Amino acid sequence: MHVEVRGLEGIADPEGLTIERALPALGFRGVDSVHVGKVVRFVLDAPDGESARATAEEMCARLLANPVIERAEVTVVPAAEPRPVAGS
Amino acid sequence: MSAVAVVVFPGSNCEHDVVRALRGLGGDARLVWHGDESLGDASAVVLPGGFAHGDYLRPGAIARFSPIMAAVAEFAAHGGPVVGICNGFQVLTEAGLLPGALRRNTGLRFVCETVTCTVVSSRSVLTSGVAPGTRLALPINHGEGNFTCDPATLAELEGSGQVVLRYEGNPNGSVAAVAGVANAQGNVVGLMPHPERASAGLLGSDDGLVLLRSLLDSAADEALSSRARGAAAS
Repeated sequence: MHVEVRGLEGIADPEGLTIERALPALGFRGVDSVHVGKVVRFVLDAPDGESARATAEEMCARLLANPVIERAEVTVVPAAEPRPVAGS
Repeated sequence: MSAVAVVVFPGSNCEHDVVRALRGLGGDARLVWHGDESLGDASAVVLPGGFAHGDYLRPGAIARFSPIMAAVAEFAAHGGPVVGICNGFQVLTEAGLLPGALRRNTGLRFVCETVTCTVVSSRSVLTSGVAPGTRLALPINHGEGNFTCDPATLAELEGSGQVVLRYEGNPNGSVAAVAGVANAQGNVVGLMPHPERASAGLLGSDDGLVLLRSLLDSAADEALSSRARGAAAS
């Protein structure tokens, strides 16, 4: 699972603002609207993608994001098939 | 006798200061572990400063699920006085017991200095004994004390006297320089400054004492009304 947590529109983002100011100082031009969020990745055992998404969205509502200042976007990434054990 | 329960989370670091300051005022204060499920017969609760659960994810995000927090929420719902100082303020916003949220300071610096705050409203358990306009020298020590809420919430807070404390200047970028807020009833209060660290002249200021004295008075009132509730129920 891949959960991206980012600040709500209109809420000040001091980290994004600081980076936005720092980049031109290093010679990078044309940078605008820098926002810093966080990514939470985890493996979730679920019967199908839909229920995995529902569970992850509940996790976001209860813990992973603070709805007062953040919103979360859930992406379901199917786990890779288990690799065959060498020698079997 | 009214006792103040000071909750200890893993990572709290101001709990002894709070207990000492309250006892210095003649109050009864005791530590309560976050894993406990009951506040006992406490007549007030303080969530002290520190870095509960390492501030991982967001300050207060994990601590709000501590077993004691269900008891704190119930106590608050019945009108019991609850005060969150610094990290305790962050826990109360995460728990939804106070409006708004606390974000990284503007400039991303951890600020550690004594600031002047003005008491804005007496409509809270922490400011009931302090006249609006009173200026207090109080230490702040935080990296994430930038209070934020949407404009409609701010207008409501300002209009109903729920902004209880405001910074002179704005050390962390908070909206409207808000340093402390209360819930609509005034019995739950959160503030970033540390009144317990301004509890003796030797520490540079004893301006925090008026706030802690208000809390002890509120605790005494709560003890009386809770006894009255108990008598009415029996």
